[in-house]
Amino acid sequence: MSENRIILEVKGLKKYFPIHKGDKTLFVKAIDGIDFEVREGETVGLVGESGSGKSTTAYCVIGMYSVTNGTIMFKGKDISCASSQRPLELKRDMQIVFQDPGTSLNPQHTIYKIIELPLKVHGLAKGREMRERIVQLLESVELPESYLYKYPRMIGGGERQMVAIARALATNPSFMILDEPTSSLDVSVQAKIINMLIKLQKEFNLSYLFITHDLSLMRNVATRVVIMYLGKIAEMAPTEIFFQSPQHPYTQMLLSSIPVVTKEEEELKPKKIKSQGEIPSPVNVPPGCSFNTRCPLAKPECFEKDPVMVQVGPDHFVRCNLFA
Amino acid sequence: MGDLVKIQDLYVWFRVYGGYMKVLNGVNFSVGKGEKVSIVGETGCGKTTTMKAILRILSSQAHIPKGEVLFEEKDILKMKESEIKRLRGRGVAMIFQDPMASLNPVFTIGDQLAAVISHSGVQDLDKEKIRQLSINALKEVKLPDPERILGSYPFQMSGGMRQRICIAMALATERALIIADEPTTNLDVTIQDQILALLRELVTKRGNSLILITHSLGIARENADRIYVMYAGNMVEVSNNEELFCNPLHPYTEMLLGCVPKLSGGGIAEGIAGRIPDYLNPPPGCRFEPRCPYATDRCREEKPDFVDVGNGHKVACFKYN
Repeated sequence: MSENRIILEVKGLKKYFPIHKGDKTLFVKAIDGIDFEVREGETVGLVGESGSGKSTTAYCVIGMYSVTNGTIMFKGKDISCASSQRPLELKRDMQIVFQDPGTSLNPQHTIYKIIELPLKVHGLAKGREMRERIVQLLESVELPESYLYKYPRMIGGGERQMVAIARALATNPSFMILDEPTSSLDVSVQAKIINMLIKLQKEFNLSYLFITHDLSLMRNVATRVVIMYLGKIAEMAPTEIFFQSPQHPYTQMLLSSIPVVTKEEEELKPKKIKSQGEIPSPVNVPPGCSFNTRCPLAKPECFEKDPVMVQVGPDHFVRCNLFA
Repeated sequence: MGDLVKIQDLYVWFRVYGGYMKVLNGVNFSVGKGEKVSIVGETGCGKTTTMKAILRILSSQAHIPKGEVLFEEKDILKMKESEIKRLRGRGVAMIFQDPMASLNPVFTIGDQLAAVISHSGVQDLDKEKIRQLSINALKEVKLPDPERILGSYPFQMSGGMRQRICIAMALATERALIIADEPTTNLDVTIQDQILALLRELVTKRGNSLILITHSLGIARENADRIYVMYAGNMVEVSNNEELFCNPLHPYTEMLLGCVPKLSGGGIAEGIAGRIPDYLNPPPGCRFEPRCPYATDRCREEKPDFVDVGNGHKVACFKYN
């Protein structure tokens, strides 16, 4: 995998949101300095709890948020500028699928109109070609032609997400951000969508940044896993290595909290590190390591020194004072 | 172990424009005293409807053509309004999915706990006693600084804390049965783990019965003694915890298990083709028949009943009789 070309490179990315309290201005540090990359044909799983900054990362990359600090490089070009300054060609090459297809599809438009929009904006099809292309896109997500004139409310949640995927595919992107695409769906529907996404990835040579809170799903989908906690990356490793030897105490807590269905999985869970405490507010990040409020292994230095990323194995990075 | 709740051949229909939504289709279900039972099923399979029947809080469109719901051998569906009130106040407590929606945003936690306690039928309640009971309840769910929390409003709490408060309300006074309806669906996995461990611990300590409704087979496996699998208004399989995962019998259970992503990897099954039937016009025989790879002519015409295959493992499928 490492020979593959780097398609997306994020360096020192920061995103702060100001909040005004009286005459004071505080900052929500949604992302506080993260580095990671996505290589061609890869699926990077960005995993974290709510408030960890995983969606903010996605929105910064896609250009919905401006960047406070740091750079985002896409295919060698700096794209950390505002969305309005991004060339149309770039916008065509990167697409996003949101969590809730109920709100990301216009309820007043038919499926035809929904998929037609990106084709029109990017001038990818005209006249009779348009309909053919839309039908072809629907076919690639295994929806029949009869769906063309249906409205989003007339079809099931899973099928709506398929339409959202077809819309993202319309512009022939090479990179797609999937922001929790299955977290509001049942497992039997999730299975269908995930298999579809894997198939499409092979067919169109797509690279995915897959955002989720579900580690068991990532075990089956991602090639590399990035764990985020309070706006920072805690651990990053190729999937196989990650699940064999998770290193960061937070990662171990996360893994040991997952409810599983087989004995083999039970054995993969780290020795019960008991889950305790809750994620602190990103406005008042504790000094030192941000995980120190919940960490069972915290040492005195963890309350003073913010750990730096260290390499502990091939492609395996951990940000914890225990490894410094 | 006697049954605390026993549901027998329960049908619940909902009156809608154009006919009846035939949701529950002959549900059989029981919970023993002190037993932890889980009901697993996907969206729209009737899990919550079944629980609402136990509390008799079904909407006014509901129509029950057949069946009985026994609580300590008395039929809830035939109870007088005063008896039902006593049941809700003292017998059964329910913990809902969304704690923000089940707590009143304009009253303090203290007011809401006091309301629960004063309707519980405990004798000799005065203000001080209620306060003491409230503080104890909050201490029991391991909330720090209970005195301060009594004066706080729900919006000042995090999601995990709110769900702890709901558990405190359910367990503040003696109850025979706790129903938890997807109590952790909105929570992060580490918080989910904490909440479920707490619920398990408290229910076991007090010897309450627990019905845990969930869509996650993993949660059911880690928290229940016995598991019911529900599909489209029917219980399709019930078995002891381990047995269900080693030896799933119903085609639906088997396929559902295949769809669950495993920590050990190995990919995910293709999913289940088709979708849940239209309740206005459900298939006349087995409701899983249109999606079942093993379906025969008999499945199209006849509804399968539970068959006992030994050890309390029952399955509603013609493959086994």
